[in-house]
Amino acid sequence: MKYLDEFRDGEAAAAMARRIARTVTRPWTIMEICGGQTHAIVRFGIDALLPEAITLAHGPGCPVCVTPLEMIDRALELARRPEITLCSFGDMLRVPGSSGDLLSAKATGADVRIVYSPLDALRIARESPSREVVFFAVGFETTAPASAMALYQASREAIVNFSMLVSQVMVPPAIEAILSSPTNRIQAFLAAGHVCAITGIELYAPIAERYGVPIVVTGFEPLDILQGIAMAVEQLEQGRAEVENQYARVVRSDGNLAARAMLEEVFVVADRRWRGVGTIAASGLEIAPRYAAFDASRRFGLEDHHVEEPAECRAGDVLRGELKPRDCGAFGSLCTPEHPLGAPMVSGEGACAAYHRYRRLEVA
Amino acid sequence: MSAVDVASMLSCPVPIEQYPTVLLAHGGGGRLMHQLIERMIVPAFANPALAVRHDAALLPVPTSHVAFTTDSYVVRPIEFPGGDIASLAVFGTVNDLAMCGARPLYLSVGFILEEGLPMETLWRIVQSMRRCADEAGVWLVTGDTKVVDHGSGDGIFINTAGIGLIEHDLTIEPRSVRVGDAVILSGDIGRHGVAILAAREGLELETAVESDCAPLATTVLALLDAGIEVHCLRDLTRGGLGSALIEISEAGGVRIAVDDVAIAVNESVQGVCEILGFDPLYLANEGRFVAFVPAEQAELACAIIDAHGAGTRSAIIGRVDRGEPLVTMLSSIGATRIVEMMSGEQLPRIC
Repeated sequence: MKYLDEFRDGEAAAAMARRIARTVTRPWTIMEICGGQTHAIVRFGIDALLPEAITLAHGPGCPVCVTPLEMIDRALELARRPEITLCSFGDMLRVPGSSGDLLSAKATGADVRIVYSPLDALRIARESPSREVVFFAVGFETTAPASAMALYQASREAIVNFSMLVSQVMVPPAIEAILSSPTNRIQAFLAAGHVCAITGIELYAPIAERYGVPIVVTGFEPLDILQGIAMAVEQLEQGRAEVENQYARVVRSDGNLAARAMLEEVFVVADRRWRGVGTIAASGLEIAPRYAAFDASRRFGLEDHHVEEPAECRAGDVLRGELKPRDCGAFGSLCTPEHPLGAPMVSGEGACAAYHRYRRLEVA
Repeated sequence: MSAVDVASMLSCPVPIEQYPTVLLAHGGGGRLMHQLIERMIVPAFANPALAVRHDAALLPVPTSHVAFTTDSYVVRPIEFPGGDIASLAVFGTVNDLAMCGARPLYLSVGFILEEGLPMETLWRIVQSMRRCADEAGVWLVTGDTKVVDHGSGDGIFINTAGIGLIEHDLTIEPRSVRVGDAVILSGDIGRHGVAILAAREGLELETAVESDCAPLATTVLALLDAGIEVHCLRDLTRGGLGSALIEISEAGGVRIAVDDVAIAVNESVQGVCEILGFDPLYLANEGRFVAFVPAEQAELACAIIDAHGAGTRSAIIGRVDRGEPLVTMLSSIGATRIVEMMSGEQLPRIC
């Protein structure tokens, strides 16, 4: 397949791996932010091509993984109301809240629908005026513009039976939170290419400068990731800490201006709790006051309450890149894709699920 | 055949001006049920065994070994690009027989109809079953019809059971798989899963993907007739290629090593997988199988499969190795990983 096969080519990958091996003189720890990159690393076995000196830490960039428990509980509370049709992305429906997940709620009669876009949820609202249709908006800067567009259209068309439960988060504050942690060991980042396709790359420069870390905006195919690692390693070895763009075929330095304008129109920046990580200042988006009528929390009077995570789940350590999934005591025993304790075991983009599904063959 | 006969065959034989939809009474044992069976189903499925109208079909079976299988079919939508519930119900059971190396002969059909199902739809499904049975060379020899209340079904459910003859001396099963066997995949994977998904979710694809739904018995019998020492066969259904290989590995106690690059995936299927985050390895198929054969017969087996297949190319995708029961896959960039069973169904990812 064009634009795919050439980025999965075995010989080119081997050549890139040799370039990395030639460059490395000492150990480095590099974090890929995005769950899609984690998935590709484990699926294709990219880590197996790297010299031992390079450690890949998997970042918090899985949208369902970082959605806090109380948000899922709120979605469940909404889904169980007879007048509500709750729509969200497929991944989100299996993530356990403190009392079950959305798929189980569906099995016991709740009207829960998988949609591929927030605009599909808006269409359902348009077609079912007697239902209250709520879209559960999760994800990073990649999903936020479509959520914003759905709210914008709902407002313009005065679709009064549509509202949104918003748990949108942003990547750069999470990178800063990881770098500010006293236990941080991440020395360079592969930033998420698709996020940067929206936001552009300019906002990463202050982070690279302040913390002295190379940040390479990277794509999702095996060769993209290998090249991103090569560029990060070259910077580390040369003592540079700059923002570089490996994914220039998709990412413009100022991003997608129309999408950014839509985000500014509909959302405002807010503090947000990340599952397993805690509250990160100015890391979330919430509905701007002029669109407040479409805020599901407000419309249905949902209370803000705090829920504790199960103690045996170390998802937080995994999401901060401080623990490999297979080093967690619950991995594969108490916690499996069939019975996930934490969200990283649910989504294909979650590091734990990726490790479970694409276990490496350890050749003796 | 006169023009009148052709017209009568093409239009629904149950007087739909009176009964445009299925009613509970169509399963009630009375006149309406009699009319449905006698006017629609029996003529459509006509064959000597059915014509006797006994409580059971009496069947001549000329060998000492038969294969017997059953499966129930529920699918939404009931008609989709490349097939319908009828083709699944006929070919699915035919293929289960074929995977034992059996020559499929007879099928039973149980319909569970939901009150309110348009009679025209039922007629299309019945006609489709007849066409598929003809294509697969089987008779639909006995059957049953029940009607459930509106809301208690999903339009139509079909159960079929099938009998096939075993005319060879091979033991075709996972325990017959040997170290050194070649693993052959009969064509590209994932078409059925994507066709259903696209039809169900209204996905607009640049190139429409049709289900691969097809009968496999002719191909399998051709392999046996050519003297291929087939060790194991498995049709790829709901769990896809990945699940089929894992099941054989576990049941046969063998290690299977496959090469990702050798596994064909149609571009539209690949595109859907890339966008939604699906792995084609776990997508459903209805007309593909894997065959485990001695390595030295693998090329010949592929040629026979291609000569009987529906235009896609078979490939040797791997081999059976020594070692603990496991399925491993060599990725396109040269790393090896373990293929795991999917848990539940694949859900589309977020971004």
